[in-house]
Amino acid sequence: MTVEQIAQLVIDTDSAAVPPSVAVRCAGAWTVRGIAPLERQLSALSCPAGSALVIDGSAIAVLDTAGAWLLHRTVHAQKESGADVRVTGLRPEFDTLLQLVATHAGTVRPALPAPPGLLAGIGQQVWNSLHGASGMLAFIGESALIFFRSLIQPRRIRWRPVLHNLQSAGFEALPIVGLLSFLMGVVIAYQGADQLQRFGANIFIVDLVGLAMLRELSPLLTAIIVAGRSGSAYTAQIGTMKISEEIDALRTIGVGPQELLVLPKILALVIALPLLTVYADVAGVLGGMIMARSQLDVGFVLFLDRLGEAIDLSTLLTGVGKTPVFAVIIALVGCYQGFRASGSADSVGRQTTTSVVQAIFLVIVADALFSVVFNWLDI
Amino acid sequence: MPAPDRDAVIDIRDLHTRFGKAVVHENVSLTVRAGEIFSLVGGSGCGKSTLLRAIIMLLRPQSGSIRVFGQEVIGLSDDKALPLRRRWGVMFERGALFSSLTVAENVGMVLREHTRLSPKLVDEVAALKIALTGLPADAGAKYPSELSGGMRKRAALARAIALDPELLFLDEPTAGLDPLSASGIDELVRNLRDVLGLTIMMVTHDLDLLWRTADRVAVLDNGHILGIGSMTELSRLDHPLVHEYFYGPRGRAAREQAWKKK
Repeated sequence: MTVEQIAQLVIDTDSAAVPPSVAVRCAGAWTVRGIAPLERQLSALSCPAGSALVIDGSAIAVLDTAGAWLLHRTVHAQKESGADVRVTGLRPEFDTLLQLVATHAGTVRPALPAPPGLLAGIGQQVWNSLHGASGMLAFIGESALIFFRSLIQPRRIRWRPVLHNLQSAGFEALPIVGLLSFLMGVVIAYQGADQLQRFGANIFIVDLVGLAMLRELSPLLTAIIVAGRSGSAYTAQIGTMKISEEIDALRTIGVGPQELLVLPKILALVIALPLLTVYADVAGVLGGMIMARSQLDVGFVLFLDRLGEAIDLSTLLTGVGKTPVFAVIIALVGCYQGFRASGSADSVGRQTTTSVVQAIFLVIVADALFSVVFNWLDI
Repeated sequence: MPAPDRDAVIDIRDLHTRFGKAVVHENVSLTVRAGEIFSLVGGSGCGKSTLLRAIIMLLRPQSGSIRVFGQEVIGLSDDKALPLRRRWGVMFERGALFSSLTVAENVGMVLREHTRLSPKLVDEVAALKIALTGLPADAGAKYPSELSGGMRKRAALARAIALDPELLFLDEPTAGLDPLSASGIDELVRNLRDVLGLTIMMVTHDLDLLWRTADRVAVLDNGHILGIGSMTELSRLDHPLVHEYFYGPRGRAAREQAWKKK
């Protein structure tokens, strides 16, 4: 089989004859793997109008649909340009195949949609983002409505999925959140140590680590980790359910997908994220404490003593107080992007990316707004 | 042990497959000859699709031998499997079209991957394959998610025959189709065999399809083969399950339909 997978072609042009004649002798295996070299040869074939073209197929050993198509295409093109084409010597079964290809050729039209122009492309993009934004607003409104309805009828809240989400988004995130905060505390103390030592202000390492971790870094760090871990998971889960029509199935059973899928996620994150943040505070301060002892000779007892003075309750609360807002952002964006998935696996991937990017972006924007507001309020 | 059939395209001997403790195939032996339409039937979960997956090397059985085109496929390395894989086409039950590509790109991808045709010719051949399966010309530019179930099956078939394979595997080619589309598939399967000289192995529940296309049928139950033969031969087989299969209300209707057609 492999030996004879070469298609051959000999073209004899007799321009002296009247009318001028061209003979094409085909041989070998005219198969999808063999015809590649023939393609150029055949498309370069030119017969003057009125000439006679004889295609001799008697030596074709194997013909498949791709080969038959090439043959048909050649015959068709030459007829168009006015040559008198005859195909001879084809085996009966190959002839059937050629006819089959010819009957379907009418419908063969490699259709390619025209790519949009630059202006149309920009318009499309703007339209898409407006559409996305209005969809997001509608989604927030819908979720708020369901949330208030659940407040009035707390029995409608589905606690099982809430607990399940608490477990997966909260408890299972403990190791990674703890490790990263600890390292963050270490890094801050390490960077600060050098500067503080220069002024002999070793003890202020406590203020540095405590304030930075509690007010800004742990809430932000935790929110970003959770957006990457759980926000993406929400999008992927809901997106896949959307594609496999599970969301539609829920609707037909009379269970609101928002009630079952979105609300528990929001509730779970609103509970889990503040707790995770407090845990991250502890881990971060612990990291700073260890660094303070090894680099600045600030012992654990001294560190904790000073921590009580440097940090008051409001510091902790301003940090933790932001996190429910972050939680709502992450859950809403994650779920909304999931619902926007449509059609293909590709789309789930795209929406998941969008979800993580948007969630992190919005969390940081919200954090900046909080800073401004806290500054005004002098907290 | 009987001598291997020279005509055999697929030759399975004493196949055993287990998933954990669940036995899927026990002593399964069968032969598919060149140019025939061979069908596997049996109840849900009897291991039909598993057998198909074993033949196309998606699954490794515990013991036995599967020879395709005379080559043992169990334990074959990927390098050695490639020439074999080029010689067959597979149509999956739910199409398994690549959702990020259009139908024409789905078909063209196979051609681009394995041949050196020019992009223009690839597009033309892909469009021809799509036309051969009876899809309208504009279907090529659509994404699989924009197609109906029947059209998706046809598109999957177009991809399976992209390389003009000698052997075609069809997993439930008519499942989930309306009768009209299903009978279109019947005709398509027969045409492919008659015109392109394919050997076709399919897994199906569709009795109409069986009566109208299958040359030989193997009935699988609980990992055993109950019988192999033409539909007429099988319908004479004295086994309660086979009897139920062929003489149940749906079986009878399909059979009468088939006789009328003849």
